[in-house]
Amino acid sequence: MSETALLADIAARGYAHPDVLVTTEWVAQNLKNPDVRIIESNEDSLLYPAAHIPGAVQVDWALDLNDTIRRDYVDRAGFEKLLGKLGVTRNTTVVFYGDKNNWWATYAFWVFQLFGHTNAKVMDGGRLKWEKENRPMTREVPTYAATKYQAPERDDSRIRAFRDEVVSHMRAHKKMVDVRSPQEFSGERTHMAEYPQEGVLRGGHIPGAKNVPWARAANPEDGTFKDAAGLRSIYENEIGLKPEDDVIAYCRIGERSSHTWFVLTYLLGYKRVRNYDGSWTEWGNAVGMPIEKP
Amino acid sequence: MGQRGGHADREALSGDRPPAGDRQPSGGGAPQAGDAEALPAPLAAVVQEFDGADRGMRTEMLIEYADQFASVPATVAMRPFPESARAPRCESEAYVFATDRADGTLDLWFAVENPQGLSAKAWGAILGDTLSGQPLEQVVRVPQDTIFKIFGRDISMGKGQGLIGMLDVVQHEARRRLQRRGAGGAV
Repeated sequence: MSETALLADIAARGYAHPDVLVTTEWVAQNLKNPDVRIIESNEDSLLYPAAHIPGAVQVDWALDLNDTIRRDYVDRAGFEKLLGKLGVTRNTTVVFYGDKNNWWATYAFWVFQLFGHTNAKVMDGGRLKWEKENRPMTREVPTYAATKYQAPERDDSRIRAFRDEVVSHMRAHKKMVDVRSPQEFSGERTHMAEYPQEGVLRGGHIPGAKNVPWARAANPEDGTFKDAAGLRSIYENEIGLKPEDDVIAYCRIGERSSHTWFVLTYLLGYKRVRNYDGSWTEWGNAVGMPIEKP
Repeated sequence: MGQRGGHADREALSGDRPPAGDRQPSGGGAPQAGDAEALPAPLAAVVQEFDGADRGMRTEMLIEYADQFASVPATVAMRPFPESARAPRCESEAYVFATDRADGTLDLWFAVENPQGLSAKAWGAILGDTLSGQPLEQVVRVPQDTIFKIFGRDISMGKGQGLIGMLDVVQHEARRRLQRRGAGGAV
C-alpha cells in the first residue's frame, strides 16, 4: 500500500498539517523501519510493561521528561541522554502513541518540540485504536544501539507560557482555554468536603478563560481526532477562537492542555498557541492570583 | 506471590497471601476494631509484599492485581453508574460501591470504565480484597501514603490523585456509616 493510501483517511479530514498524524496501519507497515522509532507514552505506567506495539520504546513522563529536583522539564543534557538511550538521531521520525486519546503522547510530543525535534508524529487513535483493531502487542522490550543525540538548548519561548506571561495575557484580554472538566473550571467541589481539592488551595479558573474539556477533540469510540470541521465547531463556533489569535491553554499541570495545544497548532493551524504547564496547580496555589469563580 | 483475589473470590481470600497468619479474614466472624490506628491486616500484608520491591517487580505485581480485577456485578450496580459513586480526579473513570454486611462492615466493589486504566484496576482489586469486611474505624484511617507504598513514589501527580480519589470514596462510605452509627441509627 502506498504512503498516500495509508494516510488517505487523515488527509481527508481537512487538517492544516495532516502530516503530523499517521494511521495505525502506517505504523504497522513501519514497525521495522530503522528510520522510525515508535514511542509509547502513557498516563498509566503499567500499560507499556503489560503490552505494547512490537519494537516500541517507552518514554515515561515522570521519569524521563521531568527534572528530578525542580518542577521543570529536563535540560538539554537530559534530553540528549534520553534520546541517545532510545537510539534516536535528529533524523529519526519519532511516532508517539499512548493511552487516553493520546493525551500523554501529545504531552511528550510537546516536550520534544521544546527541543526542536520536529520530525515527530502522533499515531491517530493511540493505543485504544491499535488494541481495538487487534493488532499485535508484545511484552518484549526492544533494545536499540545508543546514539549520540545532539539537541539545541530548550526553547521555552514559542510554545510554553509561564505564570507572569499568563498574567499579562489575561490583562490584555487575550484568549485562554481551560481544558479541565466543567467541575474543575467552575471550582465546584467534585467530592467530599473533607478532602482537599486536587492539591490546590483555591478552585475556579483564570479570569477570561473559556472551558473546553480536552477530550472533546477526540472521538471517544476509538480515540481518533475529530475532523477539522468538528474541531472548528468546538473551538471557533463555541468559544470564538480564531486562527490568528494568541492562545494559551492550561489544565492542572499542563498535560491535558498539551493535547489542546496539539489540536489548535497542527490540526487547525493556529500560529500562536502556548501551553501553560504551571497550570492550575501553580495558579490556584499562588498568593494573590485573580480567580474567577461563578 | 499468591493468587490475587478479585471480587469474585473475595470471600475465599484465606491463606495464600502472606503473612496469612496476620490477616483478618474478610468473610465471617465479627470484626474487631482493635487498634483503630493500625492498617487493616490484609492491606498491611499487601504493603509488606511490596516493601522493597524494585520498580520492575512492583510493576509485575501490580499488573497481576489488575488482571484479577472483576468489575462490580450487576446485582450491586448497573450502568449508567451514578456520579455520586465516581472517584474524583480519576481519569480512568473509576466508580466505587459499598454494600453493607450484617456485621456492620462493608463489601467494596469497583468499576473502571477505561479499559486501559490498569492502575485503577489494580488499586480497585487491592482495596476490594483488603478492606472489605474490615472494621470501619480502620478503613477510615487508611493513610493516603499507602498508595505510594504500593505504587511507588514516582507515580505521576495525576495518577496519584486519581488513586487517592478512589480511596476517598471508600472512606466516605465508611465514614457515613460510622456517623450514622454514632447518631444511633442502624448501620
